[in-house]
Amino acid sequence: MRTLEQTTQEILELAAKQFKAAPGSLKAEDDFYRKLGIDSLQALEMLSRLENHFHIELPDYEVQGVSDFKTLAERVQARL
Amino acid sequence: MLDLKKYSSIGEALRDALETWPGEVCLLESDRGEEKQRLTYRGFRDRALPLAKALQDSGFAEGDRASIIMTNQSKWLISAYAIFYCGGTLVPLDYKLKPEEQWKLLKHSGASVLITEYPIWRQLSASAGRAEAANIKTVLVTEMPPNADLAGARTWESARGNGQPIFVPRKRQDLACIVYSSGTGGNPKGCMMTHENYLEQCMALTSVYPFWPGVKYLSILPTNHAIDFMVGFFGPFTCGAAVVHLRTLRPEYVREAFPKYQITYVSLVPLVLKNLQKGLQARFDALPASKRRVFEALRKINAALTKSRPRLALSRRLLKQVHDAFGGKLEAIIVGGAFAEPQTLQFFYDLGIPVANGYGLTEAGTAVTVNDLKPFRADTVGKPLPGMEVRIINPDAEGIGQVAVRSKTVMAGYLNDPEMTAEAIVDGWLMTGDMGRFDNSGHLQLFGRKKNMIVTEEGKNVYVEDVEQVFEGLPVKEYCVFAANYIWPSRSMVGEQLVLVVHLEPGQGFTEELRNEIVARNNRLINYKRVHGIVLYHEDFPLTTSLKIIRVALAQNLVKLDRHQAILPI
Repeated sequence: MRTLEQTTQEILELAAKQFKAAPGSLKAEDDFYRKLGIDSLQALEMLSRLENHFHIELPDYEVQGVSDFKTLAERVQARL
Repeated sequence: MLDLKKYSSIGEALRDALETWPGEVCLLESDRGEEKQRLTYRGFRDRALPLAKALQDSGFAEGDRASIIMTNQSKWLISAYAIFYCGGTLVPLDYKLKPEEQWKLLKHSGASVLITEYPIWRQLSASAGRAEAANIKTVLVTEMPPNADLAGARTWESARGNGQPIFVPRKRQDLACIVYSSGTGGNPKGCMMTHENYLEQCMALTSVYPFWPGVKYLSILPTNHAIDFMVGFFGPFTCGAAVVHLRTLRPEYVREAFPKYQITYVSLVPLVLKNLQKGLQARFDALPASKRRVFEALRKINAALTKSRPRLALSRRLLKQVHDAFGGKLEAIIVGGAFAEPQTLQFFYDLGIPVANGYGLTEAGTAVTVNDLKPFRADTVGKPLPGMEVRIINPDAEGIGQVAVRSKTVMAGYLNDPEMTAEAIVDGWLMTGDMGRFDNSGHLQLFGRKKNMIVTEEGKNVYVEDVEQVFEGLPVKEYCVFAANYIWPSRSMVGEQLVLVVHLEPGQGFTEELRNEIVARNNRLINYKRVHGIVLYHEDFPLTTSLKIIRVALAQNLVKLDRHQAILPI
């Protein structure tokens, strides 16, 4: 079982890769809309990527209003 | 379709629709590509009436208000029909708002009943805002997990009364819905929509874009939104058509739904349409050179052959692969909620996919003008729908002035706000705050906004009052949020941004610390509400005697600054 720190780290790496940000440039506290310059649809695409990676289902409502990696990681962690 | 002239209320028309097409499918619900529910009109009625009876048994009566906060799904529509059956007024609220905002609007609306989903209720029941909305007496929650805490609610599934409910008739001028067209800052704008508003709007829209039994409408825009309520519920139901709901709105499932259900219509906000364009263009670009040349030639042939009117059958043959990806039955993509860029609209039209763009606002009962495709004009928002009178107030030398609308679809007013109503509706004309002009062929063109607000590409209305709250207590002398286009009028309807105007204390410098604080506060706002820049202003803000900022006067002072130099991006 991953720790929350590991989950967070994996999410940051996946997001950086998906949206072509420099590796290591993202932090848990970052607002992913702002930092990655993405819109709500791209955020949904990121969720699909996370679901595949972590083998979980993340209902849309779980991430309603979430805009930072830290909270996103907590929501993912709760479903692992 | 039903002859809506004969009906006095939404409930009455829907009741007849359920009797007219009992065996037709009205609702399809899919979750992650798997069909979860398929309901006929008869099945819909059989689910709604016991709920109506339960509501009546709990004392819900004529004119009482009930709110729905749900994602797009069958129970949204079933609950709405039950409310109308009881003669109630529906308060559809945005499920994406924060719980405190939802409670604030629930209180403002005076609703006594709330119908919601468990994940939403989990947040609502834990929110401190609950204590304020004492008017909510009954809460029905669907999809409760076993052993979950009901927190004073009752499950939607158990709200089934025995026996027949009594149908409560309503008059055309009675209130059907209270629709909130803005956020929650300042005064909530609760548009009071009458039954007549909806009946007339439905007749007008379906005269241009008809529905019929067998049509499948894909419901993606939230149903609380005026567009989806009309074209994803009332419109299709009064024509015997079906509505498809997806419980997961990921792009891959949305893509899959088109061929799977052979979708006839879908409504999208401009952001999604643009995204779709990008995706398609990337696929075209990836074609091998020879195939790409053939494709481009076919696209040009199609564009030439459909110049004067759409020719769907021909386009579907010419550009088969593209149309197959959309299921092969798509009649039109309805675009609404915000201004769509002409080149995006043209992109789809040239592929043989008609795009029904238009212009509307909640206050006018959804759509005012719609592109009738005779011919398609990407550079306009179309012609007024039947029954709509549209005029341009105080046109300048180029014919551009404020758009005003008069029709039976215009709201009765804003709930509990006669002042704001009097500002919005003058001598029976709704002042839209949007600037436009008619071209020689009677098509409306839009040129920016007169009001201090922005509409995002996602179709979100953002009022400055909603944004200002987050800067409360900012250590500066005074501050104010503006739509940049309100200060520096621009004739563009896209890329609208908000700016924070700051007046520092005497001797105070614009330090990195202050900048960071502004950024941190800004980040607390949901992404589409954030300001994009700071304007430093060195004079006192003009104030009323009660010390309120006179925004118009301040904007008049600010306009003297150079827009590009004045805005410091954050």
